Amino acid sequence: MPSANIQVSETPLVLYALRRADDALILGHRLSEWCGHAPMLEEDMALSNIALDLIGQARELYTYAAKAEAKGSDEDKLAYLRDVRQYRNLLLVEQPNGDFAQTLVRQFFYSAFADLYWRAMMTSRDTTLAAIAAKSEKESAYHLRHASEWIIRLGDGTDESHRRAQAAIDHLWTFTGEMFGVDEGERALIHAGIAVDPASLRGRWLTTLSDIAREATLELPQNDWMQQGGRVGRHSEHLGHLLSELQSMQRTFPGLTW
Amino acid sequence: MVTVLERDSELRRRAWDAAASVVDPEIPVLTIADLGVLRQVALDGDHVEVAITPTYSGCPAMNMIALEIELALERAGFRRPKVRTVLSPAWTTDWMSEEGRRKLRAYGIAPPLALSSRRALFGEQAVACPQCGSDKTELLSEFGSTSCKALWRCKACREPFDYFKCH
Repeated sequence: MPSANIQVSETPLVLYALRRADDALILGHRLSEWCGHAPMLEEDMALSNIALDLIGQARELYTYAAKAEAKGSDEDKLAYLRDVRQYRNLLLVEQPNGDFAQTLVRQFFYSAFADLYWRAMMTSRDTTLAAIAAKSEKESAYHLRHASEWIIRLGDGTDESHRRAQAAIDHLWTFTGEMFGVDEGERALIHAGIAVDPASLRGRWLTTLSDIAREATLELPQNDWMQQGGRVGRHSEHLGHLLSELQSMQRTFPGLTW
Repeated sequence: MVTVLERDSELRRRAWDAAASVVDPEIPVLTIADLGVLRQVALDGDHVEVAITPTYSGCPAMNMIALEIELALERAGFRRPKVRTVLSPAWTTDWMSEEGRRKLRAYGIAPPLALSSRRALFGEQAVACPQCGSDKTELLSEFGSTSCKALWRCKACREPFDYFKCH
């Protein structure tokens, strides 16, 4: 029986776009899990709106990856017909929502990075990636503002909210290192002016985090041992469960269209 | 030659007017021209291609807007019109027309403020209430009923209202 999964020719450029698309899709899907469950109506709408922005970014990036691969693939095939080991997202974004603090800390870590990253990518020599970056940057800045405000409210709130926010920071910290690493293929794209070296953003990312954490009376961990593997398809056990839900329609009724 | 050119510009104007009549399905008082979503109408013979730009990456209204443009052009006599999405330059609320801002306010939505910082924390902007005009207002939620709006409340008339976010 032929495999239900598509095989993607992962040239450095295709892989580059896939990694960012997967980050946006998986985080967007995670946030959408709050729809109808958030602690208050305003946050239900906020998290769903952020999910929508991220899934929109993912669509642009998948469409670009399919075009770069030039083998007749498209955004839907890339999202629905790759298995867990073919996903290239950061481990951070696939981590379960946990409590509200954990969701917001995950969002804060990611948005603080995405905001810097997309701003830097606006000068990419690749005009499509630069255009996607220009849209994503505006959205990320707004997401970061929303998450920052919540980190301050939770950290500098009650003993309970402070305890939960600190626990979320301690738990998720180990997944942040992966954002700043690149492989050889991506290194070549950086030299060609197509991609940006994320390591060059780490200092400013840390400054954003420290400033907000100080105001929130929270502490950033000192340990620097980091989990990695998402970028090459080695995921935590959580991603498979997420994909089984995200892909269930397409897996149950292959080729289904609306 | 002159007549051909005149015919072309007349056709283009008709095509533009048809496309520009399409309204945002979520804010039906605004046309896509008011919003700055309609970017370009190009004519090649009798064939029309319209370029639009999304407000937000994930705006679910875009598919419907594209469909409505095709229908409007077909009604205006253009066969098989094409709608293309362009990302660059990225859409900004600065493109919203004065007419659009006026219509928004009359509809009960506060129009986007120019030059407000997207990075200032805790809603330190002065958004005037579209109902009573008071500037004693407060942010209820960064995100409102659609991607492009935030939820505010007026402390003077106590009415909640939508604010079209600066983007």
